[in-house]
Amino acid sequence: MAQQHTVRRRASKPGPALQHGKNRFIVAFLAVPVAIYGLFTVSPYVQAIFISLTDWTGLTADQEFVGFDNYVKLFGDEQFIIALKNNAILLLVVPAITLVLGLFFASMLTVGRRGKSGIEGVRGSSVYKIVYFFPQVLSVAIVGVLFKYVFAPTASGGILNGLLGAIGLDSLAKPWLGDPNFAFWCVVLVMIWSFVGFYVVLFSSAMQSIPKEIYEAALLDGAGRFTTFRQITLPLVWDTVQVGWVYLAIQAMDAFALVHIMLGISGGPSRAGDVLGVALYRSAFNDYRFGYASALGVVLLILTLIVSGLFLRVARRERVELS
Amino acid sequence: MTTTVERPAAHAPAPRRRAPGVGAGTGALNLLNGGFLLIWGLLTTLPLLWAVVSSFKTNGEFLSNPWGLPAVARFENFSRAWTVANIGQYFVNSVIVVVISVPLTMLLGAMAAYVLSRYEFRGNRIIYFGFVSGLIFPVFLALVPLFFVVRNLGTVPVIGQFLGLNSHLSLALVYVAFSMPFTVFFLTAFFRTQPTSIAEAAIVDGCSHFGLFFRVMLPMAKPGLISIGLFNVLGQWNQYVLPVVLMNEPDKKVLAQGLASLAISQGYRGDWTALFAGLVIALLPVLIVYILFQKQVQAGLTAGVLK
Repeated sequence: MAQQHTVRRRASKPGPALQHGKNRFIVAFLAVPVAIYGLFTVSPYVQAIFISLTDWTGLTADQEFVGFDNYVKLFGDEQFIIALKNNAILLLVVPAITLVLGLFFASMLTVGRRGKSGIEGVRGSSVYKIVYFFPQVLSVAIVGVLFKYVFAPTASGGILNGLLGAIGLDSLAKPWLGDPNFAFWCVVLVMIWSFVGFYVVLFSSAMQSIPKEIYEAALLDGAGRFTTFRQITLPLVWDTVQVGWVYLAIQAMDAFALVHIMLGISGGPSRAGDVLGVALYRSAFNDYRFGYASALGVVLLILTLIVSGLFLRVARRERVELS
Repeated sequence: MTTTVERPAAHAPAPRRRAPGVGAGTGALNLLNGGFLLIWGLLTTLPLLWAVVSSFKTNGEFLSNPWGLPAVARFENFSRAWTVANIGQYFVNSVIVVVISVPLTMLLGAMAAYVLSRYEFRGNRIIYFGFVSGLIFPVFLALVPLFFVVRNLGTVPVIGQFLGLNSHLSLALVYVAFSMPFTVFFLTAFFRTQPTSIAEAAIVDGCSHFGLFFRVMLPMAKPGLISIGLFNVLGQWNQYVLPVVLMNEPDKKVLAQGLASLAISQGYRGDWTALFAGLVIALLPVLIVYILFQKQVQAGLTAGVLK
């Protein structure tokens, strides 16, 4: 066991002095983390897949194996299709807008200013980076409650309608979260609001590692801002954009807290703002359809796997190495 | 941020030599871009500022004068939020859970990561990928069985009374479990970069494996532990879906969850300013910690994506 070096040797492989009492130590250190992780994380995931094949209600021990019935029901359920459609919107719209805004602001903050001393970030860029990051550290529950009141009717203190009234656009005021056409889009906006700052900081640190000489050379060649961005900045931070994209797509799939808080457990008016996470929670803990809810969870898992695989494939481009 | 400022003078003349025409409108463009940045800055801060100002108003002022300042700062909103609206209880609950869960996450995560990164043994890769694959699994898939796992733990003799639903200890352990994938992933990468020579020297000096970990490796890993520690503090403090499923007794709720239910009940009562005071109580500690440690927090949170 101790002499097993079939796996490729690592540079940091412990020397012979470390072999004494090794196995006991390994077991002692891994037992508790593996036990807790196994009990609370791995076992629920495995159980979920089995439960998804039963008609369990959770109220009694009765559960009958129903095969793929839950999955068939799922795709015949209009509400599931609405939730699925909304998740697709989250998946496409949120990352696209967040990445564009993130890249734009980050390039402003790091290389946006063409002053006397060459290319630099705009004035006050360090303050902007602190402020933009605020939503990222706040609990999504705080964000949800805050914006529930931003979008609320004027009678309950909603400031958006108040603001529209103040600039003479009274006609645009509406019960935003009570209108099936707008409720979900409000959630989308709030999500973008809370994500952008993180990507500004992420892309800024990537852009800071690009040597300024490259920009100065481009400037001498007469390249405009947009050309510089497209030909220099974007290719050189593409790796980070790609990773950010996958991360963002996975984050956007989980709109549970925002929808649950802003629109309620049924997903807002006419259930138009429903998402998969809320639909799952509702089927399980409101309707006691545990088998059905677990099938929803499995679909969510498959979607997450497809999405991350797909994004990694699509986004893969030639790496640009900085010497 | 302004590295160019310290550049030798030789670089400075460069932009002045650029081709004619390119520089035209530069000032205007700088201004326009500055405008966009300012607008986003306002969009980020104004809602938060509105919440803070509203928390000092009377309910009448909150409705009639949403943009103005309150005539008198109503500090009683905060005491009402703390006691009547139960924010105090929620706050204490959150503190209890995080005080248990974060140190435990760090300790167990570091132990597992250390063994997985520095020792070769059969099954090492399987355990490592077992932990890391948790990064991609949506927590929702686990919710239903997790509820029953935790509920059934409450019926286990002797230890059952400390676990089960509505137990802070259970919730903390669940946080630990769900924080393992990222903590192990991050710290494994970190421990791999530590030099072997120091470890060997310590063993030669008669240090046991345990002593080596606690007295040598753990102190050396401090920068990594701080990053991932801040990440876990924020992540666990802000967690929403897990407590919603596992903590349903009113006096056991954590802050994030308590605020969300308050948003509904205070709305019915028409006592918005107590709600906003509660919101500020929840928001200020996190914001202050962030402003004090903003470099470390930003590094800790973005490191997750970059590694």
